[in-house]
Amino acid sequence: MIATPKLEFAPILPELFLCGVAIIGLLYEALAPRAERLWHLALALAGLVAAALATFPLWHWQGDPTVMAGMVAADRFSVVSRLVLLAIAAMGLLLGTHYFARSGDEPRGELYPLVLFATAGMTLITAAADLILMFLALEILSLALYVLTGITGRPASNEAAMKYFLLGAFSSAFFLFGVAWAYGATATTSITAVANALAGQTGSQALALMAFAFLVIGFGFKVAAVPFHMWTPDVYQGAPTPVTAFMSAATKVAAFLALIRVLDVAFQPLTWDWTPVVWVLAALSVIVGSVLAIAQSDIKRMLAYSSIAHAGFILTGLTAADQTGIRSAMFYLVAYSLMTLGAFGVVMLVSARGEEQTALTSYAGLAKRSPLLAGLMTLFLLSLAGIPPTAGFVAKVGVFSAAIGAGHWPLAVIGVISSVAAAFFYLRVIVLMYMQEPQGTHDEDRSVLPRVALAIPAILTLAFGIFPSLILGILERASILRW
Amino acid sequence: MTDHLLTIVTFLPLIGVVVLLAWRAAPDNTVRAVAMLTAVATFIVSLAVLGRFDRADAGFQMVEQATWVKTAGLQYLVGVDGVSLWMILLTTFLMPLAVLASWKVERNVRLYMLAMLVLETAVIGSFVALDLLLFFVFFEAILVPMYLIIGGWGGERRVYAAIKFFLYTMAGSAFLLIAILFLFAKASGPIGHGTFDVRELTSVASALPVTTARWLFLAFFVAFAVKVPLFPLHTWLADAHTEAPTAGSVLLAGVLLKVGAYGMIRFNLLLFPEASKHFATFVSILAVIGIVYGAVVALIQTDIKRLVAYSSVSHLGFVVLGIFAFTSQGVTGGILQMVNHGLSTGALFLLVGMVYERTHTRDLSKMGGLATVMPWLTGAFLFAVVASVGVPGLNNFVGEFLVIVGSFAVNRWFGVLAAVAVVLAAIYLLWSYQRMAYGPMHEEHAILPDVSLREVLVLAPILSLLLLFGVFPKLLTDRIDPTTSAVIAHVAPTHVTDLGVPGSAVILAQRSKP
Repeated sequence: MIATPKLEFAPILPELFLCGVAIIGLLYEALAPRAERLWHLALALAGLVAAALATFPLWHWQGDPTVMAGMVAADRFSVVSRLVLLAIAAMGLLLGTHYFARSGDEPRGELYPLVLFATAGMTLITAAADLILMFLALEILSLALYVLTGITGRPASNEAAMKYFLLGAFSSAFFLFGVAWAYGATATTSITAVANALAGQTGSQALALMAFAFLVIGFGFKVAAVPFHMWTPDVYQGAPTPVTAFMSAATKVAAFLALIRVLDVAFQPLTWDWTPVVWVLAALSVIVGSVLAIAQSDIKRMLAYSSIAHAGFILTGLTAADQTGIRSAMFYLVAYSLMTLGAFGVVMLVSARGEEQTALTSYAGLAKRSPLLAGLMTLFLLSLAGIPPTAGFVAKVGVFSAAIGAGHWPLAVIGVISSVAAAFFYLRVIVLMYMQEPQGTHDEDRSVLPRVALAIPAILTLAFGIFPSLILGILERASILRW
Repeated sequence: MTDHLLTIVTFLPLIGVVVLLAWRAAPDNTVRAVAMLTAVATFIVSLAVLGRFDRADAGFQMVEQATWVKTAGLQYLVGVDGVSLWMILLTTFLMPLAVLASWKVERNVRLYMLAMLVLETAVIGSFVALDLLLFFVFFEAILVPMYLIIGGWGGERRVYAAIKFFLYTMAGSAFLLIAILFLFAKASGPIGHGTFDVRELTSVASALPVTTARWLFLAFFVAFAVKVPLFPLHTWLADAHTEAPTAGSVLLAGVLLKVGAYGMIRFNLLLFPEASKHFATFVSILAVIGIVYGAVVALIQTDIKRLVAYSSVSHLGFVVLGIFAFTSQGVTGGILQMVNHGLSTGALFLLVGMVYERTHTRDLSKMGGLATVMPWLTGAFLFAVVASVGVPGLNNFVGEFLVIVGSFAVNRWFGVLAAVAVVLAAIYLLWSYQRMAYGPMHEEHAILPDVSLREVLVLAPILSLLLLFGVFPKLLTDRIDPTTSAVIAHVAPTHVTDLGVPGSAVILAQRSKP
C-alpha cells in the first residue's frame, strides 16, 4: 500500500528533456519569423544529448526499482533501451534533415518536435512498469509516428499515414482492452503486481490469458509480426524514407523491449502458456516475411517484408523465457537497428530527391556509379542476411542458440531455412549492384555528409560482428529485469 | 611471434586487403602485385607451419586459444593436425598461382583481388578452426567472396551460377548451424558451460542418445555433402565451375570442395563415431554413385570446363568413399586424394583457362589440332590429364589406389565400381585431349601463341608437384598417417587390425623400393 507517492524525477529526466525540447522546437517553429532547419536540428540533437546525459547516471541507480508510484522502472534494462533509442533518433534526424533539404518539399519544422515526442514515447514505453503508462507511451509514440508518416503531404505519404492510423488505432484499442482484462484478472495494472498475483495464484489465470492475448495483438501490430503485419509494406513504402528508417528501427526496438517486460515479468508465471503463442508468431513472421519479400520489386517494400521476418527472428529469441533469450533479443534489436538504419539511409541517397528510384532496377550497376554506396549497401544487406562477420550473423546465432537452449529447435530449423530464402532477395540486390549494367540515367545523391553519417552504422555493424563482447557485457547486465 | 603462426597464416591475406582498401588510387598492376605479394608471403609463412609440424604427434598442434565472446562461450581456438596441415598448404600454394593466372582480369581488378584475399583467409580459417562456431563463421565467410568472383567475373550465365552456388551452400550450412547450436546447448549440462570447443564436444556428443547423434550427424553431413559435392547434391558444381573465371574454378575445385571433405573427417567422424559407422554404407553408396555418375556424365560433355567439373564429382566421390571405409588405407587415400585432386584438377582448370583465352571457346568440337600450334601448352595439358587419370608415378594414382584397396576390404563391390570409374576417367580425359590436341585444325586457330613466361610460372610449380607427390607420396603420408590412425581408432577401433591388408605405410614403403 503506497501512502504518499514519493516523486523522484531523476529516472524520468530523459523524457522530460525530450518533451521539453520538443515543445521549445514547436514554439520556435511557430514564433520565429523564418525557422531554420539547422537550428531545429541543433536544438533537437541537444535535446537527445541532454536526455542521454540524464540517462547515464541511472545505470548506477540505487533507489527503488520503480519510481513515480510504481509507474516507471529504474533498471539497467531501461537505461540501455533509452540509449539505443536516442541514438536511433539522432540518426533519423540527421537523415531527415538531409532528405528535406534535398527533396524540395516545403520546410517541415514539425519533423523535429515530432521525432522527439515519438522518441519520448518510445523511451517511456521501455521503462514503463505499469500497463497504463505503457499504453500512454504507446499512444504518444504512435500519434507522432502517424503524423510523421504523412509529413510530406504527398498522396502516397498521406495514404500510408491514414492506413497506419486506422490500423494503429485498432491495435491500441486491443492493447487497452488487454490492460482492462489484466486488471480484471489481478486487480492491478502494475506489471510486478500482475506477476505476483499470477504467481501467488490470487489472480484468475483464465482472465490473465485473455489479457495476454489482447496485449499480444497490440504488440504484434507495433513490432509487425504476422498476422498483424498488413500495414507494414504500405506504410514503409509510403512514408518518407528517413521516417521509415527511424520508424522501422526505433518502433521495433521500443515495442519489443516493452513486450519483453510484459512477457518476462508480468506474465512470467504463465510462461508455459505464452511460449507456444510466441512460437507460432515467430514461425509465421519468419516464413511470411521471407517468402513475400522475394516477390517485391520495390526496395522499400522488400525491406518492409524483411523487417517482418526480423520481427520473427527476435520473437524466436523470446521463446526462451530467460535471461539468455532477453539478451539475445536485445542484441538482435541493436544489430537490426544498425543495419536497417543503414539500409534505408542508402535507399534515401539512391532515391536522390524524394521518393524517386526506389524500384529495385534503380540499383542496377550502382557499384559502377557509386562504389561507396554499393559497398555500404552490400554490408547492410549481408548483415540482414546474417552472413559473418557482421552483427546480423552474431544476432542470428544468439536468438537461435537461445531458442535451441529452451528446446525449441524446430523453430530454429524454420528460422534457418527461411534465412536461406531471405538470402536470395538480399543477394538479388547485390547482383543488381555489382553484376549488371546500369539502366537509363540515374543520379543518386552525391552529398558527402550523409555518407559519413552512414559510416557509423556500417562500422558498428562490423565491429559488433567481429567483437560482440563490445556490447554483450552491457546487455548481459541490462537483461536482468528486477521485480 | 612463432606461437601465433596459425593466426598469422590465417590473417596475413587481410593485410593485403587493408592495403588495397586504403590505397584507392593504386594502378591495376600495383593491385595485382600487392595481391601476389600477399599470397606469396602467406605461402612462405605456411611453409613455416610445415616446418614446425611434429609428424609424430597425432593430436592438434600449434594450438592457440583465446576467449572471444565470454558470455556466449565463443573462443578463438585454432590448431592443425595431419589433415588440416595439407589443406592449409594446398590453399596457400594454389592462391599465388590463382592470382598469377588472373593477371589478365581487367575489370575492377581491385575488387577482384580483394575477394581473392578475403577468400584465402576464410578458407584457411575453416581449416584451422577447432571451435565449431569459429569454423562456421569462416565456412560462411567463404560464400561471399566466391559468390562475387563467380558472379562478377564469370561467363555468360554467371549470375545464375553464382546464386545457385550461394543458395545451395547456405541451405546446407543452415542445418549445420542448428546442429552446432544444439551441441552447444547440450554441452551446458555435462560440462557445466556451453562450449563450441571440438575437443570438449567430443565427449559431450558421445553422451548423446543414439538417435539424436544420428540426426546431428545428418545435419553436419548435409552441409559438407553439398560442399564436396556428393551425389545428388552436386548440381550446383557444374554451373559454378563452368561459369567461374579460371582462378575461381581453380580455387573452387582445389580448395573449396576440400572444406566439405575436411569437415566430414574433422567433425562428422570425430563427434559422431557411432553415427558415422551407422551411415557408412549409405554414404559409401552415394559416393560410388557419384564416382560412376560423374565419370559417365563427364564422358558426354563437349564443354571442356564442364567435363573437368564432372570429373571433380567423380574424384571427390573417391575421397568420401575412402573416408567412410574407416580403414587406414581408405582414410589416408582419401586425404591424399584431396591434396592430389586439388593439384591435378587445379592444373587442369588453369590449362583450360589458358586454352580458352586463346581459342575463346570451351567447346571441344570447335577445337582440334592445337598440338601443332601450341606444343608446349598441349604438352602440359597432357601431363595434367595423365596425372588426373591416375597413371602410376603421378600423384593421383596413389590416392585412388589406396582408396580402392581400402574400400575393397570393406565391400568389394565398392572397390570394383570405383576401379571401373578409373577406366572411365581415362576414356573421357584422354578422349577430350585427343579432340582438343589432334585431328583437323580450325582455321581461326592457325596462329596462337604458346605458353608465355607468366604461364610457365603458373604451371611449373603445380606440374612439378604432380610428379613429386607421385614419386614420393611418403612426403604427404608421413604426416597424414598418425592422424589417420587416430581417426580410425576413434571411429572404428576394430577395423585397424582385422583386415589382413597391410597399412598404407607398408604399401607405400614397398612401392618406393626400386
